[in-house]
Amino acid sequence: MWLSEAVSSGPQFFYLVPLVVLFPVIGLLVNTAFGGRMSEKAIGWLASAAAGLSFVVAVLLGISLLSYPEGAVVPIVDWITIGELNINWGFQVDTLSVTMMLVVAGVGTLIHIYSIGYMHDDVRFQGDPGRYQRFFVFMNLFIAMMMILVSADNYLMLFVGWEGVGLCSYLLIGFWYDKGENGIGNAVAGKKAFIANRIGDFGFILAAFIMFWVFGTFEFNAVFELAPEVASLFPAAIVAITLLMLVGVTGKSAQIPLFVWLPDAMAGPTPVSALIHAATMVTAGVYLITRSAALYNLVPQVQNIVALVGAATALFAATIAVGQFDIKKVLAYSTISQLGFMVAAVGMGAYVAGMFHLVTHAFFKALLFLSAGSVILGLEHAHHHMEHNSQLKLPMDENDLHFDPQDMRNMGGLRNRMKISFWVYLIGAIALTGIPPLAGFWSKDEILTDAANFNPLAYWMMLAAAFLTAFYMGRQILMVWFGKPRSLPAEHANESPPIITVPLIILAALAATGGALNLPMWHTFTHWLEDSLGHLHAAEFSLQIAGLSSFLVLAAIFLAWLLYGRKYQAMQELPPDKRPDDPLRPILGPVFNALNHKWWVDELYWTIIINPYVSLAHFLADVVDWRFWHDWFHDTVIVGGYNKLTQVLSIQIDLGVIDAVANKLGDSVKRAAAKWRVIETGYVRNYALSFFIGVVLILGYLILR
Amino acid sequence: MVPIQYFIGLSAILFTIGILGVLIRRNAIIIFMSVELMLNSANLAFITFARMYQSLDGQVFVFFVMAVAAAEVAVGLALIVAIFRNKQSIDVDQINSLHG
Repeated sequence: MWLSEAVSSGPQFFYLVPLVVLFPVIGLLVNTAFGGRMSEKAIGWLASAAAGLSFVVAVLLGISLLSYPEGAVVPIVDWITIGELNINWGFQVDTLSVTMMLVVAGVGTLIHIYSIGYMHDDVRFQGDPGRYQRFFVFMNLFIAMMMILVSADNYLMLFVGWEGVGLCSYLLIGFWYDKGENGIGNAVAGKKAFIANRIGDFGFILAAFIMFWVFGTFEFNAVFELAPEVASLFPAAIVAITLLMLVGVTGKSAQIPLFVWLPDAMAGPTPVSALIHAATMVTAGVYLITRSAALYNLVPQVQNIVALVGAATALFAATIAVGQFDIKKVLAYSTISQLGFMVAAVGMGAYVAGMFHLVTHAFFKALLFLSAGSVILGLEHAHHHMEHNSQLKLPMDENDLHFDPQDMRNMGGLRNRMKISFWVYLIGAIALTGIPPLAGFWSKDEILTDAANFNPLAYWMMLAAAFLTAFYMGRQILMVWFGKPRSLPAEHANESPPIITVPLIILAALAATGGALNLPMWHTFTHWLEDSLGHLHAAEFSLQIAGLSSFLVLAAIFLAWLLYGRKYQAMQELPPDKRPDDPLRPILGPVFNALNHKWWVDELYWTIIINPYVSLAHFLADVVDWRFWHDWFHDTVIVGGYNKLTQVLSIQIDLGVIDAVANKLGDSVKRAAAKWRVIETGYVRNYALSFFIGVVLILGYLILR
Repeated sequence: MVPIQYFIGLSAILFTIGILGVLIRRNAIIIFMSVELMLNSANLAFITFARMYQSLDGQVFVFFVMAVAAAEVAVGLALIVAIFRNKQSIDVDQINSLHG
């Protein structure tokens, strides 16, 4: 009844918006409470249904927005009331937030379904099936938190979601917290992500403080309305807010200098990498800047910084991706690089291009991660199978026993063994490299076009990054899928079950066609977002730029083919001790080493920040706290001084003065008594005589007076 | 008629003998008797002045003094008996436990 009314009256759908958060919350509560008694299938499908229902609600919101594009703010409860500050727990329904909801819930649902199959195997490989339930609880919690983030109508509520997704990221990176290097590698990776994000969040918090100080409110609409006025009164405040928000963005969206956590975050299960560390959470920073467009538009100098940070990250991370051997690490650096494109775009004021790339990237990067997961699963399966089969075990050598199913050097030739995974991977890779007409081409081209118009430096950096993107993706495709198998498990790998491949096929379709959202002729997405972001200029399609970038991409793929298609296969014929692990190593020499070691950024941070910080902590703990405060100030000054004082009081004052007076008094009385006692003879007549003398004296006095 | 000075003189002599007895003698009984002597000299003085002033007040006082003296004798003799039981002596110089 209620629902049918809502359908007939269009904007009523807006009031369904709390359900996008509520459904995953219900899912996680049910799975937490009853998951222990439910089958794996039931847990997985329940969690997927929770995410799927969120998606349905997001679609309904989208339908309402078609007829009421101005959207609405749906307040639910008074959240915080302190003095004049009044913060609602409210939901912002507009084209921007609904776009994010659709991406989060849509891609999220597919990844949930994929996880039903993937985690079934993963928990058995890792030897703890009990964590299956926990995984889906965390995933639903993530969806709920991400929904809070994107649907918030004020910065404080957005921050709740912002922290919530950071927590889920931490929990899921460390999902196998007892695995990894030395048994704590994954836990350390989770900690690293949390701390790097904390530095960023500190920037966000400071931005919120300044915002409260200057604006007195956190609500988006109120802040954006006041922004021009505030900008003329305190221009520095807007600069500070936007710059501090950028710090938060560099943490959450893995930009220079805080990007180091994202590659390590690959310690989490692959669906987590796909959902949180590629498609959704890491794009929260892009969303934040887009949401705050009204603030960033007022400070062109900060926009310039944002654009350069993004472009530099895009190029820097792309170089590192070239030198990685771990299939997920390549994708991780690719993600950082693509996030750099998005941040650069929103930094240049090309919000539509940034959001457009965010959406298409969510499709193809989730696809790439998930199909990489399928590959890893196939290799793990084959390896596991061989280990427990005496006949197959015989030809295994040392290398095969300590087998890393994520190392691309152990792959090769998989296209014949895993056909579906191969084709979807290929589609994802082509979409990422930006070959027309797949999704990545349109969104990346829009960013490049805007960059060419607004920021030539960023343009050239991103063009180089696009070239490298095509090169490392070509390298990866050729190393993983082509050539001959380079390990026994790779020879025996099998295709994953349909529960894994069906979501891949759906994502592949989206990755292939996602570009249709904003084709240069129609600018559908631009007009859609205009209702949230005000008037937007649509980038003109430039054949020159599109041609140049396409040419670079094709050149890079050709180069990759020369090196990894031909030379790499030829290298396999060499004896193992003379064979370089990568054909680039003999060509680039130490540079390749630098790429492989990620330009030693982690080591640099250890040297310039962490080690000095640890030394400082040691110094503070040992010298300042222990030796100064504890040993000297506490023990020597306070305790010693108190002992001295009590000594003075007890010996000098108490014994020397108070006791002495009492003792002397007693002594003198004693001495006087000793002298005077001789007159007490004890003889009665002496006393009688003294009476007599007394009487005589008194009478004599009375008479003679 | 005997002049009044004689009575007073006798009273003074008796009192002096009493005092000297108290101060000099060591026998408790003798001291006790000397105290009685002093009391009676005081009585004689009372009587003398009562007669001189033709007033009965002095004579009333003498009755009181005699009554008190009788009571005192009872108590004093009891004390002496108790001391004797304790010390096998009534020499007051032996009873000097209060000496300093």
